[in-house]
Amino acid sequence: MALDVRNLQFHIGKHSLLKALDLQVKAGECVAVVGPNGAGKTTLFRLLAGEVEPSAGTIQFNGRDLTRWPVAQLARMRAVLPQSSTLQFSFTVREVVAMGRMPHATGRKIDDDIVHEVMQVCDVRKLAERAYTALSGGERQRVQLARVLAQVWQPVADGERLLLLDEPTSALDIAHQIELMQVVRQVCAADIAVLVILHDLNLAARFANRILMLHEGSLIAAGTPEQVLQPDLIECVFNVKTQVIRHPLYGCPLVVS
Amino acid sequence: MLRSRPLLLLLILLALLLAALAASLSLGAVNVPLAESLGVIVRHLAGAPAEPSTADLVIWQIRLPRVLLSVLVGAALAVSGALVQGLFRNPLADPSLIGVSGGAAVGAAIAIVLGGAMGLGNAQWLLPVLAFAGGGAVTALVYRLGVSPLGTSVATMLLAGVAINAMTGACISYLSTVAEDARLRNLVFWLMGSFNAASWPKVLWVAPFTLLILVMIPFVWRGLNALLLGESEARHLGFSVEQLRWRVILVTALAVGAAVAAVGVIGFVGLVVPHIVRLLLGPDHRWLLPCCAVLGAALLCAADLAARMLVQPQELAIGVLTAFLGAPFFLFLIVQRRRGQIHGA
Repeated sequence: MALDVRNLQFHIGKHSLLKALDLQVKAGECVAVVGPNGAGKTTLFRLLAGEVEPSAGTIQFNGRDLTRWPVAQLARMRAVLPQSSTLQFSFTVREVVAMGRMPHATGRKIDDDIVHEVMQVCDVRKLAERAYTALSGGERQRVQLARVLAQVWQPVADGERLLLLDEPTSALDIAHQIELMQVVRQVCAADIAVLVILHDLNLAARFANRILMLHEGSLIAAGTPEQVLQPDLIECVFNVKTQVIRHPLYGCPLVVS
Repeated sequence: MLRSRPLLLLLILLALLLAALAASLSLGAVNVPLAESLGVIVRHLAGAPAEPSTADLVIWQIRLPRVLLSVLVGAALAVSGALVQGLFRNPLADPSLIGVSGGAAVGAAIAIVLGGAMGLGNAQWLLPVLAFAGGGAVTALVYRLGVSPLGTSVATMLLAGVAINAMTGACISYLSTVAEDARLRNLVFWLMGSFNAASWPKVLWVAPFTLLILVMIPFVWRGLNALLLGESEARHLGFSVEQLRWRVILVTALAVGAAVAAVGVIGFVGLVVPHIVRLLLGPDHRWLLPCCAVLGAALLCAADLAARMLVQPQELAIGVLTAFLGAPFFLFLIVQRRRGQIHGA
């Protein structure tokens, strides 16, 4: 099990932001976390990324407590894509993507090949020599995705690989949203565990193996898209009336509001 | 064009440095032909007895230590500037603007003015130690104030610098009112920054700190590159950010402290030099830091030559000269940035 979370809790003062949450992500599986604003998605993400310490519960990564992995070793197995990035220096796109190879000592040749490949996959090859600071929000997001993909592109001896993505589609147009999620599926197929926070229920329905739905800090539903995306549940959590129909092309659930 | 050929740029800068060294050695109140200057140096290095000539005296006792000190201080300040900018993830940081030099100057001023009263007499170690402490304390403080998990706030950082500079200015003004005459003259000379009092002992005690900051480069450049992405991004790429941060703060505080202790406050070198190199080469610290060292050395060496030559037989304080050139450059950067933001929006 790449990621195994038990009884995870997070409080600030008396305020409980996450209540007793369990989740598992296997290699080769794409798990989407959905929920309305303030449901605790970002808190969960920051806990899993190791940026904050849980108030209670355990996060095991590759069978060992997350905090007990040395940072350098962890970086070879796990990549994290934050929601936004604050890079103010004019690195080229290629240089930014190549930073994903920093944790590895695979040599110039292999690194160059991987950088080339992930830029192709994320559709940023044309931007390779452009300055990152001159890109649009969506282009930046794709470059950052390419960077984290480069980080986990190759299997490593240390353990199973994990990719954590925080709303990777938020700044993308619809074509690139779908393209990005297809890349994510491709990554899963290469035996990488993926946990992705998504806003769009239909992207989750189409691309995730499992969906976790958060509501007020609790895991209110977990399972396949068919199991989780129920109109009454969506109404209870998102406070909006919807119908769920079968997608005419892909056969997955389609949420219509 | 140079961006893909960093080594070429480094070589060009080294050539510039050599030219500045040669000009600085042979030109001055007394012109000594380059061949003769080199002859003097070679003779001394070979351990031959000093010749009782003017050239020997001028070159070995006055000019060579001065030139070497400008090179050491220029390299240290430029690399410190680049390191601080990397640490703050902000291209507008500079040790003098954010108050690090001011903090070091307060330490030095305390040593100069109150050294006697503290019963430490004129202890040689007191001045550099207090300069380091002042510089280090201010760097840590500005970092605390300016860097939050959400990123660096330029505004907070520069405003903190304004406040700290006001504070250090007040401390120094106060110290100058209570200082005895002789100590006051010492202090005033210090605050403007000058290589006038360069000597072999000063060269020898600045050298280790410049060397330290240069030796650090191979150990920090990758981490600093990653840090530009953001603190948590650097952590996720496997770097221990806390360790990197304290290393950089310590080394810059030591280098700036040593420079300030030796020659006083020289501003803007740490801002201007990294900017020029970034324009030519991009922000990759692997080449940025060594190129900054060489260009900083060349620039300060040339600036000192200009300070000596411009108003002969008087001499400009080098701090005055760098501020005259650096402050308009800084304004230019601010205007550029604003334009960029408007176009980028």
